[in-house]
Amino acid sequence: MRILYFAWLREKAGVSEETITPPDTVATVADLIEWQRQRGDGYGEAFADTAVVKVAVNQEHVGLDHPISNADEVAFFPPVTGG
Amino acid sequence: MIRVQAEDFDVGRELENLSKGNLSVGGVSSFVGLVRDMAGDQTIKAMTLEHYPEMTKKALAKIEAEALNRWPLEATLIIHRYGRLEPGDRIVLVAASSAHREAAIEACHFLIDWLKTQAPFWKLEETPDGGQWVDARNADDKAAGRWVNKDPGRAE
Repeated sequence: MRILYFAWLREKAGVSEETITPPDTVATVADLIEWQRQRGDGYGEAFADTAVVKVAVNQEHVGLDHPISNADEVAFFPPVTGG
Repeated sequence: MIRVQAEDFDVGRELENLSKGNLSVGGVSSFVGLVRDMAGDQTIKAMTLEHYPEMTKKALAKIEAEALNRWPLEATLIIHRYGRLEPGDRIVLVAASSAHREAAIEACHFLIDWLKTQAPFWKLEETPDGGQWVDARNADDKAAGRWVNKDPGRAE
């Protein structure tokens, strides 16, 4: 699973992009966030408040209950501020 | 048309090109977003725009398609910059052309409102206290919300 981080989530996680293989129990975006949080260090800090974390799966905005698989590209970022 | 680029753009030339050769265009409406020198009570030296290129393309294409679907337009244009910009620099240009003004003006307003809440851009401001990420504003969500499930006014 390709994971991307943007803005302050990238700074806190300390990485902009990585490929990970979470356990089979990680079936949704919410599961992935919880799993990420337990990886500790910057990840714990990046995912401390999920209310300010937005997610895209395969470049589309999705909710926390969205299903994910290893073939997906998942991006984590703060609320967007275009324009 | 959609362009995401680091370089500046020439507003006059872009608007001219939007209607060039199309004599059914009766009006072109545009919005240009600029970098301000203040955020709240803090001075801004510069702003760096980060984005998610693959998603930016998709999101902007969707926004443009939605505008073309809602209003009788001849053309739309979105140019969004990224990278380090200073106060006074242009960030974004959106424009819409149509036979009549209502469609062009409303579509232009829609494009910039939706872009603010849908396009994956983030802004890091350089302040006297160091780098500061710009928070998404509730006001932006509200502005974008006004276009949800709303039938566009029909140009005559």
